[in-house]
Amino acid sequence: MSTARLDLTAAMSAGDPMVPRVARVLRRRRDGPQVFTLDIEPEEAAPAFAPGQFNMLTAFGVGEVPISLSGDPAELGYLVHTIRAVGPVSVALTRLGPGDVLGLRGPFGMGWPMLEAAGRDVVIVAGGLGLAPLRSALYRLFAERARYGKIVLLYGTRGPSDILFRREIESWRRRLDIEIEVTVDHAGSDWRGHVGVVTTLIARADFDPLHAIALVCGPEVMMRFAIAALGEAGLADDAIYLSMERNMKCAVVFCGHCQFGTVFICRDGPVFRYDRVRSLLALKEI
Amino acid sequence: MDSAQQAVVTTGGVQALFDTLKRRGYRVIGPILRDGAIIYDDITALEDLPKGWTDEQDGGHYRLHRRDDEALFGYAVGPHSWKKFLLPATQRLWSAERTEHGVAVTPEPHPIERFAFVGVRACDLNAIAIQDRVLIGGAQVDPRYQRRRQGAFIVALNCGVAGGTCFCVSMHTGPKATGGYDLALTELIGDREHCFVVDVGTDEGSAVLAELPHRSATSEEVAAADAVVAHTSASMGRVMHSDDVHDLLLRNLDHPRWDEVATRCLTCGNCTLVCPTCFCTTVEESSNLDGSRTSRSQRWDSCFTMDFSYIHGGSVRPSGRSRYRQWMTHKLATWWDQFGTTGCVGCGRCITWCPVGIDITEEVAAIRSTEPQ
Amino acid sequence: MEGLERIVREHPFFAGLQDAFLSLVHTCAKNVRFEAGQYLFHEGEPADWFYLLRHGRVALQVTAPGRGAVTFQTMTEGEVVGLSWLIPPYRWTYDAKAIELTRAIAMDASCLRQKCETDHDLGYEMMKRFMPVLIQRLQATRLQILDVYGTP
Repeated sequence: MSTARLDLTAAMSAGDPMVPRVARVLRRRRDGPQVFTLDIEPEEAAPAFAPGQFNMLTAFGVGEVPISLSGDPAELGYLVHTIRAVGPVSVALTRLGPGDVLGLRGPFGMGWPMLEAAGRDVVIVAGGLGLAPLRSALYRLFAERARYGKIVLLYGTRGPSDILFRREIESWRRRLDIEIEVTVDHAGSDWRGHVGVVTTLIARADFDPLHAIALVCGPEVMMRFAIAALGEAGLADDAIYLSMERNMKCAVVFCGHCQFGTVFICRDGPVFRYDRVRSLLALKEI
Repeated sequence: MDSAQQAVVTTGGVQALFDTLKRRGYRVIGPILRDGAIIYDDITALEDLPKGWTDEQDGGHYRLHRRDDEALFGYAVGPHSWKKFLLPATQRLWSAERTEHGVAVTPEPHPIERFAFVGVRACDLNAIAIQDRVLIGGAQVDPRYQRRRQGAFIVALNCGVAGGTCFCVSMHTGPKATGGYDLALTELIGDREHCFVVDVGTDEGSAVLAELPHRSATSEEVAAADAVVAHTSASMGRVMHSDDVHDLLLRNLDHPRWDEVATRCLTCGNCTLVCPTCFCTTVEESSNLDGSRTSRSQRWDSCFTMDFSYIHGGSVRPSGRSRYRQWMTHKLATWWDQFGTTGCVGCGRCITWCPVGIDITEEVAAIRSTEPQ
Repeated sequence: MEGLERIVREHPFFAGLQDAFLSLVHTCAKNVRFEAGQYLFHEGEPADWFYLLRHGRVALQVTAPGRGAVTFQTMTEGEVVGLSWLIPPYRWTYDAKAIELTRAIAMDASCLRQKCETDHDLGYEMMKRFMPVLIQRLQATRLQILDVYGTP
């Protein structure tokens, strides 16, 4: 006799995916205007994560937002998040200090294609806060440097005071096994570096387009322009990866908010191979 | 199920069914008439049912009329669906309390509530299965939905009346209930004894039936039940040629029809409220004055709101056009990519309860017939 | 002037230019050098020369009261500084300042304009080289004005 009910034993979940764990702030750093990085330590062990994934962070009494992991995946014990204070929840999170408590769910999502990058040149194009989730990928690349070809970091932001992780970028420059170009949209007279949009750096970067993979993260408009420039430089659509963003309420495919055409950003992204979302990016209001 | 095992109960048997379910600890939910509509709520007796009533439905139109008999289930579906009970409109998820050591988070206890749903139509059985796929069929499971779902006893009802906006036949979801129930009833009325042919779907269904006064169905009664279903099948209010809808819509995302429907759509969200498969929710945080006690609740949400897709200071879908397109293409097309089934069961509620009578079957037909070649 | 002719021929901007045209062009050229902090030209000055950078970096700037000098673009090796010489009134609309030691080929604008008038084929070769620069700069400028990194 057939059963009406699903075999729910198979569906029994270990826990409630909507209930946050409690975590504590270890360190707080200011990394740019209205941009703060929190190192947080969950009460139980910090879960391992892949570069490109994100957590849902709760400011108790205010709300919950998705924030990319920006730290080193090999660093166990604590989780690093770089947060821009733009709304009530992110403002509340960036006001937390060492010892303060917040809620944590995650990690969620598909991360950067570190396996596919093996043996290839890696071109990283970051815009604004987009450098934060890409920093995680960079740590992984540095940890296994011999596994990859040339590494190029092209980073653009609004102005010199908006540059994130300045000291760290200088320490990366000193490594000599990575090409780094930083540019700003405009600058005052004490800036001696590039001025111009980050897409203009792509044509001049040193990589082999036939054996390269590109990781792109930044405002959606900037990513579209960057992807066009990468295409002109010879990269195929299936060699380009980008990180998408949409409104998110649950991160576990229950709430429906993060839909982007056929995909859910929380489950199928946030990192997507460009050929998969190319037609969606061309549509307005999708 | 072997037709030799089909049974027959009288209206007295239906009352006995309610009593038996109640005795077994179920909260019995069924159709009642309130505020001019047939909705789902607690029932205990036959008198609670909309006996002798039927509904007249069309785009933006719902009226109740008296029948010329005393059928217990002589109507189609109303504005409620079973998601009212399985995925309640609001529920608290957890609460948190500041302690001297930090914060303690307590998941909200949600006891297993044992619902017995009486009168579940085939379209709604499919809708429940579709929501099962979304909420407990993926990598993550919603434990609240799961607890409500696992306790549910389902008494299906094979429709004797097709609603004016029904198109379950087009969507291959009815009118006959083919699975997902404990018991299924087909009401026989007219020039004969008023009775119900009963199909058994599960062991528990069989056990419940055993406690009711019943007898085996005769072959004439089985044939009469089949005829009821056939009659309903032949009188659907709407048609949607559904086999090609996924590709049709996804290659017509810039079709001018979206502009046309946008001149009518109020983005009121009624369709998402009455649709039995719409599952979108949002969360809300609340707090006492000093922030020592906070909690988070989940509530129904609608893709028709401006907030739904809010990011970076604005809505990704600010126009009514894009929000209507999102709803319809999700329901009929991208649901396939996401969950492997359609999202539409052909119940017609969105057509009936749209204040301006937008008809999803008409919209699909319009796009198909004016598709740029 | 053989060294200068070689330098002109090797500059990426003139890549693929036939020898006959190169010899016309190089007579309008001279080798120049700017120390860090030195201006190539100022806003409002006549656009008499434009520059093909060989080495170094030049900032294109506009000065606004209260804001000081704002750099909206930098140009570097292989790139062209100065496009206003192409259209009347032939005046610079911004300052160009070397922010590092910069070596360049300076092209005499009126010399080159006259040669293009006399020899339209040369003119067309010049236009084919300047058009992509203009269009790429326009596309980049559009992304720049969108101010995508701005606080929402």
